[in-house]
Amino acid sequence: MRIKRYRGLFIQVIVSTLFISIVALFINNLSVNLLRAGLGLNFSWLFRSAGFALAEHPLPYSPSSSYAWALFMGWLNSLKVISSSLLIATLIGFLVGFASTGTNTLLRILSKLYVTLIRQTPLLLQLMFWYFVGFLSIQGEIFSPIKGMLSLSNQGIILSGINLSPEFSSLLVGLGIFTAAYISEVVRGGINSVPIGQWEAFRSLGLSENDGLYKIIMPQALPAILPGLTSQYLNLAKNSTLAIAVGYADIYAIGDTVITQTGRAIEGFLLLLLSFLLLNLIISNLMELLNKYILTYKQR
Amino acid sequence: MTSVIRTRKLVKTFSKGLRALDEISMEVKKKEVLVVMGPSGSGKSTLIRTFNGLETFDSGELEIVGIPLHSDHNERNVREIRKRVGMVFQQFNLFPHLSILENITLAPIKVQKQNRIEAEEHAMSLLSQMGIITQARKYPSQLSGGEQQRVAIARALALKPELLLFDEPTSALDPERVGEVLDAIRSLAEKGMTMVVVTHEVGFAKEVADKVLFMDSGKVIETSTPEVFFTNAKHERSRKFLNQIGE
Repeated sequence: MRIKRYRGLFIQVIVSTLFISIVALFINNLSVNLLRAGLGLNFSWLFRSAGFALAEHPLPYSPSSSYAWALFMGWLNSLKVISSSLLIATLIGFLVGFASTGTNTLLRILSKLYVTLIRQTPLLLQLMFWYFVGFLSIQGEIFSPIKGMLSLSNQGIILSGINLSPEFSSLLVGLGIFTAAYISEVVRGGINSVPIGQWEAFRSLGLSENDGLYKIIMPQALPAILPGLTSQYLNLAKNSTLAIAVGYADIYAIGDTVITQTGRAIEGFLLLLLSFLLLNLIISNLMELLNKYILTYKQR
Repeated sequence: MTSVIRTRKLVKTFSKGLRALDEISMEVKKKEVLVVMGPSGSGKSTLIRTFNGLETFDSGELEIVGIPLHSDHNERNVREIRKRVGMVFQQFNLFPHLSILENITLAPIKVQKQNRIEAEEHAMSLLSQMGIITQARKYPSQLSGGEQQRVAIARALALKPELLLFDEPTSALDPERVGEVLDAIRSLAEKGMTMVVVTHEVGFAKEVADKVLFMDSGKVIETSTPEVFFTNAKHERSRKFLNQIGE
């Protein structure tokens, strides 16, 4: 008994010592590097003018705007592409998830194929594909069902007068379709976690497949779907940094330029880390709210 | 008398060539109570589940409440049959996120387009018939197994079915809860409900069944009145089965 207790204490002491030493090593390394470069942590450069142009900026911006404003434009650009591809990914993901658990054999095979294809190829490759093959190589308008409302061309997507650049469009489509494949698997798993008896019960009452899915299966599947959905949303936000590959001015791409120009790598990366932390905290807190809402609705 | 269920040479084969249903020909007439017995794996559950399209079959003919169903499993006919045939499961299969009242009114409102008030009034009268009217606002997990199964019966009755199917309705219950569920089924029989009941409850079968159908290895071995089946079964395999369950 006594030996066991001492052994537990001993292991705890070793683990804490290791942890403290590693953290101390990092802090030491950081301050030594800063000293060697003759720098303290200093953020005053943020207010100097950036001097570079941005292709896309949701708010007024010119090369004479500050670095801080340029970074903020990047953050807004990131927010824009993340939130819109999140919507697309959710929509496609749930539809494909329903199809893969549904009774239509053709739809089941197609959704399986889609998920396999998307999950077995790298996201970077898919983004480049959508950019170079998907948008830049389009000759004229290939898809224009309603004149001026929706069209696809090498100028990107035009949706009811809003012109989306080819960079934004390819990121939107690429991230959306990539994440949707993973979301569809989360949805499928959630639906499969509902006992088969629930399907048989609503079917035996003469309910249609759609009514049953909406009224019986999904309310029970959602609690199982939400945690996986949240982590897919967080992944999408983090994957959006691949924007740099197609030349979209997201926070990471702009941060990279800023760091190169100013040489302020440590402050730059700290800001980037913080901005993503902020973004993902927003996402996970919203999802937590949704989760609470669903649980209280369930126990109503 | 008109027949509610009629099958002719119904065959269902599982992947390994095993026959779950082996040329089943049978009939259930209006107001009849048919008890289906047989050892586990004999195909009795499969048979009762083909009666509302939860199982498909490979060949043969099936007619339920006057609607034909073929091996192609015509979706429209299946839906039509399900609207007119109720089913009660071994595991109750109540909807855990809906109240008892919502469990019962869902199908009348969604399928038969009844208005809510009308559907709830009918549901309350069914609950009182089942002796559990005080539980209407509770959720399934707050009820005992016996009460849950009585809710499941009320739910099946809500569409005013012409035929009720029971798939081992008391097998998942604690022994002291079996009686209350059998009493509920018995009172339905007395009111002239046409029923098929898969069960091992010999006492219940003797008392309520008009006919006992005994199955083994996917085949109908014999169909007799309960008097004949339980005292003087025609077939050797029936007698062996009755011996095994202690009758």
